[in-house]
Amino acid sequence: MTPWTFFLGHRSEIFHATLDHLTLVVIAMDIAIAIAVPLGMLVVQHRHLRAFALGLASIFQTIPSLALFGFLIPIPFIGGIGRRTAIVALVLYALLPILRNTYVGLSGVDSAILEAAEAMGMTTTQILLRVRLPLALSVILAGIRTATVITIGVATIAAAIGAGGLGIFIFRGVAMVNDSVILAGAIPAALLAILADLLLGQLERRLKVI
Amino acid sequence: MRQNSAPGEAEWSYDVHPCGMRLSIEMNAKPAALSDVAIEFRGVNYHINDIPAGAIVSNISLSISRGETLVLLGRSGSGKTTLLKLINRMLVPSQGQVFVEGRSTTESDPIRLRRGIGYVIQEAGLFPHFTIAQNVALVPTLEKWDSARIAARVEELLRLVGLDPAEFSARHPRELSGGQRQRVGVARALAADPPILLMDEPFGALDPVTRAELQREFSALVRRLAKTIVFVTHDIREALLLGSRIALLHAGHLVALAPPREFLRLDHPEVHAFCACLDPSDGVAQ
Repeated sequence: MTPWTFFLGHRSEIFHATLDHLTLVVIAMDIAIAIAVPLGMLVVQHRHLRAFALGLASIFQTIPSLALFGFLIPIPFIGGIGRRTAIVALVLYALLPILRNTYVGLSGVDSAILEAAEAMGMTTTQILLRVRLPLALSVILAGIRTATVITIGVATIAAAIGAGGLGIFIFRGVAMVNDSVILAGAIPAALLAILADLLLGQLERRLKVI
Repeated sequence: MRQNSAPGEAEWSYDVHPCGMRLSIEMNAKPAALSDVAIEFRGVNYHINDIPAGAIVSNISLSISRGETLVLLGRSGSGKTTLLKLINRMLVPSQGQVFVEGRSTTESDPIRLRRGIGYVIQEAGLFPHFTIAQNVALVPTLEKWDSARIAARVEELLRLVGLDPAEFSARHPRELSGGQRQRVGVARALAADPPILLMDEPFGALDPVTRAELQREFSALVRRLAKTIVFVTHDIREALLLGSRIALLHAGHLVALAPPREFLRLDHPEVHAFCACLDPSDGVAQ
């Protein structure tokens, strides 16, 4: 059985797994962005939080992904078997690149521009929302792009805790020692990652100022 | 020593900028006799982290009259920019007080204070994501003027600084030359018609020809607008051209304060050092 014949034979199943996969990623990314971008804005205003926030996010990133999924299972409310746990793990993974880029983007704005903004009588909040944020947008998006690509990859492991997605084929293929089955999960996942990278890269360039 | 030789003065003044030099001499004719004080430094010290040894400026007492152009002259690191930032409370004195229009800056709301003081810096510091019109309209927008009034004001200001509103309003700063950007910087500072203008080496990054052009136009503009201007520069020719008085800073101390002509005659080593830059034999003024 070639990968191609397996693919054709299971195309509807693969299609649905891809949709499941994408849903996991989109939900996790939305939550991660909603946490990391405001957190980055907070950290820029209160520098002493910087080491703590970035450190914590880095720790999540260092935990091997399979272990992180495992750790979360026994935790009440967010844990258990299934999608919810997987999304929590994916969010924790995606936080660091977004948080770091948000911080770097917001704090990397040309000091002459910030000085002018302050001297013109803009408040700290006005400077953040009207100057720093628009100028940091492309850098923040670069972080989102990195996080999305990582999340698409890591989400294949979600199948291990019963959250579905393209990982189903990969785990099944490993168990069956069947490359065709592994590829039926791996190729669509890789294509998703490439596609997301291209689209977000285009958006990033469009948002770039200067 | 050449600081008291009138012929020498004429010699370089023509080399530098004939019309500009005459202009500054006209300004000397009415020295800082205006009684109204716009800005006053009273025994001001500023040091970082409350370490007096690390003083940036020490023991500055200085009155700046309404309508005058006071030039803060000095080498890099002499404390000129620090002095400027003490005026709009970007910095707060470690000791002493700065009064703007009779009120101590530490008792004023910094946001209100700054919106009443125009500020121009080197490289203009324009917002790259704003159009020229939006940049100029910054303070009026923050002050919530209605849009018709803002539009009219932007047009007026762009004309004032010699830019055609129809051509420039919708452009972004990156599409402008350095000189044009600096013009926009001046327009932005003037937007809400502040009585005081702070300028930190505004023409420092420009090529010599554009700089001379802007200096000339700016000095004409200044006479029309009757603003109180504090102008930071390390260029003595610029100081002589634009200043009604020149305050010389050296290592955080105010070492000389005089109208341009008298300034050249002062007997202080740092004054001599700056005047030496004007000597045509150095090739500087040629």
